[in-house]
Amino acid sequence: MLLINCPYCGTRPELEFAYGGQAHVARPPDPALLEAQPWADFLYMRDNVRGVHAERWRHTHGCGRFFNALRDTTSDRFIATYRSGDAAPQAPADDTKVAP
Amino acid sequence: MSGAFRTATFRTPTGGRIDRSRPLRFSFDGTSYTGLAGDTLASGLLANGVHLMGRSFKYHRPRGLLAAGAEEPNALVTVVRDQARYTPNLRASQVELYDGLTAHSQNRWPSLGFDVGAINDLLSPLFPAGFYYKTFMWPRRAWKSLYEPTIRAAAGLGRAPAHADPDRYANRYAHCDVLVVGGGPAGLAAAQAAAAGGARVILCDEQAQFGGSLLADASSTTTAAGGAWLARTLESLRGNTRVTLLPRSTAFGYFPHNLVAVNQRVTEHLAHPASEQPRERCWQVRAREVVLATGAIERPLVFPGNDRPGIMLASAARSLLNRYAVIPGRRALLITACDEAYRTALELHQAGVAIALIGDVRARADGPWAEAARSAGLPLQTQCTVLGTRGRLRVSAVRVARLDADRRMLGREQTHSCDLLLMSGGFTPSVHLHSQSRGKLAWDDIVQCYIPAQPAERTRSAGACRGVFAPAAVLDDGAAAGGAAARDAAVRDLGATAPGPAVEVATPARDPAMAGFAGALPQPHAQLGAKAFVDWQNDVTTRDLALATREGFVSIEHIKRYTTTGMATDQGKTSNLNALGFVSQRLDKAIAEVGLTTFRMPYTPVSFGSFAGFARGELFDPVRTTPIHDWAARHGAVFEDVSLWKRARHFPEAGEDMHAAVARECRAVRAACGIFDASTLGKIEVVGPDAVNFMNRLYANAWNTLAVGRCRYGVLLREDGFLLDDGVVARTAEDRLHVTTTTGGAARVLAMMEDYLQTEWRELRVWLTSTTEQWAVIALQGPLSRRVLQGLVEDIDLSAAALPHMGVARGRICGLPMLLFRVSFTGELGFEVNVPADFALEAWEAICQAGAAHGITPYGTEAMHVLRAEKGYITIGQETDGTVTPDDVGLGWAIGRNKPDFVGKRSLARPAMSATGRKQLVGLLTADPGSVLEEGSQVMTPGQPRPIGHVTSSYHSPTLQRSIALAMIADGRARIGQTLSVPGGAGDVPVTVSSSVFYDPKGERLNG
Repeated sequence: MLLINCPYCGTRPELEFAYGGQAHVARPPDPALLEAQPWADFLYMRDNVRGVHAERWRHTHGCGRFFNALRDTTSDRFIATYRSGDAAPQAPADDTKVAP
Repeated sequence: MSGAFRTATFRTPTGGRIDRSRPLRFSFDGTSYTGLAGDTLASGLLANGVHLMGRSFKYHRPRGLLAAGAEEPNALVTVVRDQARYTPNLRASQVELYDGLTAHSQNRWPSLGFDVGAINDLLSPLFPAGFYYKTFMWPRRAWKSLYEPTIRAAAGLGRAPAHADPDRYANRYAHCDVLVVGGGPAGLAAAQAAAAGGARVILCDEQAQFGGSLLADASSTTTAAGGAWLARTLESLRGNTRVTLLPRSTAFGYFPHNLVAVNQRVTEHLAHPASEQPRERCWQVRAREVVLATGAIERPLVFPGNDRPGIMLASAARSLLNRYAVIPGRRALLITACDEAYRTALELHQAGVAIALIGDVRARADGPWAEAARSAGLPLQTQCTVLGTRGRLRVSAVRVARLDADRRMLGREQTHSCDLLLMSGGFTPSVHLHSQSRGKLAWDDIVQCYIPAQPAERTRSAGACRGVFAPAAVLDDGAAAGGAAARDAAVRDLGATAPGPAVEVATPARDPAMAGFAGALPQPHAQLGAKAFVDWQNDVTTRDLALATREGFVSIEHIKRYTTTGMATDQGKTSNLNALGFVSQRLDKAIAEVGLTTFRMPYTPVSFGSFAGFARGELFDPVRTTPIHDWAARHGAVFEDVSLWKRARHFPEAGEDMHAAVARECRAVRAACGIFDASTLGKIEVVGPDAVNFMNRLYANAWNTLAVGRCRYGVLLREDGFLLDDGVVARTAEDRLHVTTTTGGAARVLAMMEDYLQTEWRELRVWLTSTTEQWAVIALQGPLSRRVLQGLVEDIDLSAAALPHMGVARGRICGLPMLLFRVSFTGELGFEVNVPADFALEAWEAICQAGAAHGITPYGTEAMHVLRAEKGYITIGQETDGTVTPDDVGLGWAIGRNKPDFVGKRSLARPAMSATGRKQLVGLLTADPGSVLEEGSQVMTPGQPRPIGHVTSSYHSPTLQRSIALAMIADGRARIGQTLSVPGGAGDVPVTVSSSVFYDPKGERLNG
């Protein structure tokens, strides 16, 4: 079971968290103006990354806050967690060297 | 038992780690024996000369003990305390003896000595690898009814217990600086060094006693590195309050971030377990640093007839002799590819066992132990191989020969009589946990096995599990790992996401004399006849592996699955490397190129009870009950589960079945007054200056026009435009909305609200609070409901003019604070009394008392469903399935079309969402009013092959005295009046499409 570092509470076990899908997919400000394709892209199209993935998590059984995380999908390691609204931190160039 | 206790025949007169003053009675297959405290079932049986302990999985061949530890593949037994405490498939080598232990052998009939299933051994040419894929192809139907049941009955291990497990299993979380797995010399040294470094240490070992390989050392060879060191180290660890020692505790799984699962067997070894003790305890240990000191497992050698009782690993014989004071045979022959076996030969020789021959597979044998054997005059041959063995229920003779490098016989074959054949193919490091943790493995040419390379976790391997075998080197390796782990634990935070240096792995010093052998022993000519076993537990032979390679399999993962080698409950602890070696010989590729199969948890089988822990029976899942629950139970309610809630389904009176009870409850609501516990409805308080704005963006309805003191039916969509939830929303103040949700959707809706509020509309000043448990909801429905409430309610004018349909008011009931809704989910005049949960029962009973004169009747969820279906009101999840738009179910009127945006609005504008052919909510009336359709049935157009819709709700309506059904039908609203058909078990049922509103279509009654 992973340990996840909630930016508000600190490190807690994975069981306290819920996955929330890809991060930084902003809801278009005025969906009514969007053509069908960009709206479909927003609804359905997500990255399927092999490597560092920015994703949303929620500390459901803790503070209840949503936050973002960088996770390496090949090693399942969290590289960083950060608050919603903050820019994603720079991922290390060669992630394979990251220790658990 | 009388005082005349006699030493069992095969027990040495002195020595061993058994307590000769404490004899223990036990039985195996109905025969009574006597063992000693400290014995395992296996050593107890062998002390009595019993070698035959089981029958093999597929061929039912007689089998004895192969190994002395967790790797034992043959001696699987069932231990019985009673019919509920009936534990199959335990390894006799790991079952601790207690007084009165009763065990049975498995997979034999009628008896272990004479087993009818052994016919399979003679028929084995019919059962090669993958035989069931090839043989049982036709007729196809026979697979399920004949072949599979027959194969399953013929093959297999022990049977499952017939009764529920009555014992308690515990869970425990633990944290420590350093977890040391394995209490042998390396693990003890590591624990001691880590403790000396100030670390909080947990040391676990699967055995009852700590010491690992030291326990198998002869007491005569006790040195500073042996028994005395063991006693001293254990004493120092026991005296350290920062060290936790867990014996009988198997670390069976390694999970991310150094979470190690440990199965502790608390009472399995006790004759009379105390009732307050759990049988097992599952530890989840989160360790900052882990030291794996899991040792190594001796490899058998693969030669024809290598599976008879009396053929075992050299290390097993050594453990039996030195630890259990058991003489495993009178005349032994050893076949070895490793120097270790010479020590065993010497110790057996000293114990009086005749050594027929030490046959060394290698061309040279000149290590110190080999020299000692020569000096002791033990017969020794190099370049040796075994051609075959004899003996039915016990090995009686071994045929050996010497071969040159080209497999030509050197001299003639010899036959040696013996009752014990010991094998040593070298040692395979136990890298299971390291590999489970995703650590890399590297093939080591010096010791000819896989050893741990770069770890993926904060973990270090020490001692034999990384190819370090020399006693002094093992202690140094363990101490170095323990010390380094303590140092790192002091400075590294396990949860830190910032990258730090990985654990550094220095290549250990290895001894080429420990290289051993992997694969099948060379034979002078192509072998025919006797089977050479690679995997004892799954009965996989060299012929099966050869067949797989002949048929073109090259990947070891495929070969494993095709032949099932390594797939038994022992997961190939004794067989994997030999299988790899054999396949590498066949494919003429280096072992490292053939690869390695994946190690998975659990290391050894773990009981389901241990995994379940406390989460069984009443504690399996939380149960949610309303404040009215006990009242309902007292009044005979039959409950149903709705998500985690218990809801009263109906209240049968004496002699009533559900049908009669529901009919009576429905009639009471339509004619007089019903009372219903709606407390499970989800409730969310949406508060703040931007509360209405927030609801405008989230829900499909227009909320600006909702006045304080009014409520409205709200519709929540997903961004894809499909219905997610519904519920009444009341505006209780300018900045305050009381949002209700479906019972099952409460958490989902709150999470969605939080999501948008926290991530999309962070500027909105809105606060959300779940109030589901705070408000109890008492629904009063029926034409007389106003009259019932009249005398109880203060501060609120209940008249239709003052509190019309969809009105909300604050007031008091029986002096208790109340939020009163005038709403209806039945189509009748109705109220929902919201009171703080603590007052709910008082209010409920007061209303029941006041209503008695008006025929008030409690009704349950079943009547509620009938009543709402009569009105065509939908239930989320019943009429909707995640592909239904508001318009599909006739809720287009609820949409705030003039709002610039709301969640789902853009999607509703997609052409497909208003195209023809969409399924729409309609009613279905069967031609026979007594016929109630099956919910979920398909709806067909007569003569057309494809269904055009499905039945979503179907009930008998007591009000209309006929069946009614709601259905989602393609272009349903345009089909009203048409006749369709619903296929069912009794043939096609003709139905007429109708409006979805069956009762009071103008909706006059709720305005009463």
